[in-house]
Amino acid sequence: MNVPAAWYLILAAVLFGIGAFGVLTRRSALIILMCVELMLNAVNLTFVTFSRTLSDISGQAIVFFVMVVAAAEVTIGLGIVVAVFRRRSSTSVDELAELKG
Amino acid sequence: MTITIPSVHYLAILPVLFYFGAALALLLATALSRNKVTLRVGTATTVLASIAALVANWFQWRCVARTGASTTVAHAIVLDDFAVIASAVIALSVAMTALVAHDWAARERVTGVEFHVLALASSAGALLMTQANDLIVIFLGIEILSIGLYVLVAFDRHRTTSFEAALKYFLLGGFASAIFIYGAALVYGATGSTNLTAVSYFLGTNVLLRPALLYAGGALLLVGFAFKVAAVPFHLWSPDVYEGAPTPVTGLMAAIVKVGAFAALVRVLISALGTQLDTWRPILWALVVLSTVVGATAALVQRNAKRLLAYSSINHAGFIMLGVWAGTVRGTAATLFYLMTYAPTVVASFAIVTLVGGPGDEHHAIERYRGLARRQPWLGGALAVLLLSQLGAPLTTGFYAKFTVLAAVVDAGGGALALIALLSAAVAAFFYLRWAMTLYADDDLEATRVEVPRLTGSVIALGVALTLVFGVWPGPLATLAQHATVLFTP
Repeated sequence: MNVPAAWYLILAAVLFGIGAFGVLTRRSALIILMCVELMLNAVNLTFVTFSRTLSDISGQAIVFFVMVVAAAEVTIGLGIVVAVFRRRSSTSVDELAELKG
Repeated sequence: MTITIPSVHYLAILPVLFYFGAALALLLATALSRNKVTLRVGTATTVLASIAALVANWFQWRCVARTGASTTVAHAIVLDDFAVIASAVIALSVAMTALVAHDWAARERVTGVEFHVLALASSAGALLMTQANDLIVIFLGIEILSIGLYVLVAFDRHRTTSFEAALKYFLLGGFASAIFIYGAALVYGATGSTNLTAVSYFLGTNVLLRPALLYAGGALLLVGFAFKVAAVPFHLWSPDVYEGAPTPVTGLMAAIVKVGAFAALVRVLISALGTQLDTWRPILWALVVLSTVVGATAALVQRNAKRLLAYSSINHAGFIMLGVWAGTVRGTAATLFYLMTYAPTVVASFAIVTLVGGPGDEHHAIERYRGLARRQPWLGGALAVLLLSQLGAPLTTGFYAKFTVLAAVVDAGGGALALIALLSAAVAAFFYLRWAMTLYADDDLEATRVEVPRLTGSVIALGVALTLVFGVWPGPLATLAQHATVLFTP
């Protein structure tokens, strides 16, 4: 079975959109973090698809960089979330009221 | 299958190596002997690494003068005068911040060298951004810069606001990075490469039948950059993060993030997407108008020095972006000149805010500055000069910076845009002057004196000296900026 490349791109765009929508609407810091990860993985899928259609290996190499960055970001992010949680016992971004955004 | 290893021109990446090397050495030293590595060692290492980077910049400048601009590491890193100057500005800002942070840490009883490790690593990311010639390297630079800064923002354990600011910065920063890299993926799909030179070459030699992919990619890249430099409407994080972060960190962020992000933005827009000038100009136009106007007007109602400076920096981001909008060699030179003068000014400004903030780093109401210049003429006078420079008063660097940007924009046919920016500067003048007047108010003469430690004092003196000397005599800096861009444009 041969799936056209465009489908992968559309899937990636949809995943990216779900991630972005989640970041903008969800209130829990952890879920926002997961949504950012979803967006990064949508990007990975896009890179791999283009790498395939362009017959260019560099798109696949880039995916490794993005993965490493995503992992580093999660590490730092969870650290910050834990630090905030210790003080507040909540991960909801609505309760971050000390700074008036 | 053979794998060719790209050749590396080590001089080109020497400043980045110094910063990373210093960060790793400090980290290793702390891990091996926890108690022997004091704050003093950390500060000394950061300052030495910065000086080493500046010396390397000098040799890079000579190298470029001799052999011309070049790329290395498989064309992903570029060595040209633009990168050299931007790196030097970053190195100077980092050295100044390290000294301010030293006194801050002593006051707040922060021990250990983690602050310096993170600052060095972040700065390495900023340096990488100035030299990046590939969207992926820009992305890595942004991430290295940001990940260190997220932790630095959360560094003040005594204030809950510091953690909140870090969480906000992290969530929005991660979101912006994801948008940026998706833009890079789309540009890759449209042009077949993420290398800026290759993208530029592709767009110069091919006619895109369906440019939607490229346009979408470019727009997402712009959104990512706009988040990083806090351009309106992507600025909402910036006042909160500026307020919540420890004040020396705020100064560092204001300086190196702007320099790194704008250097990369110039490369992406002028170098890679220069052929698409007519497409990205309207977007930039909107960003400039919104940033200058919203930055200036929102600052009017701020009663907190750090928030006020945050909105002022949004206004400045709009001005710096003006130079990019011009899209000409003159505009790029103006952008670079603006960054060269803005970075030391803003670091010195936040140094003063750090001192006035007092122990606990939380007294930042403008009221606190009432009569400061009467009690302590030198400190108050220094702040007045720095504020006047940000306002763009003549005889300070701020004046010439604003003037060159506006001249470049008018030259490129943006009269209306220049007028709007100028009006926003007039509005901004109101809050800068109001603050400066507060300094000279004659009541409250009995308020406590602000301690001025030696290192912070010398940083403030350096910032004021740079502002005044090059304000009166901007020639050398302007020549450097022009020289740096003539070679840069492909």
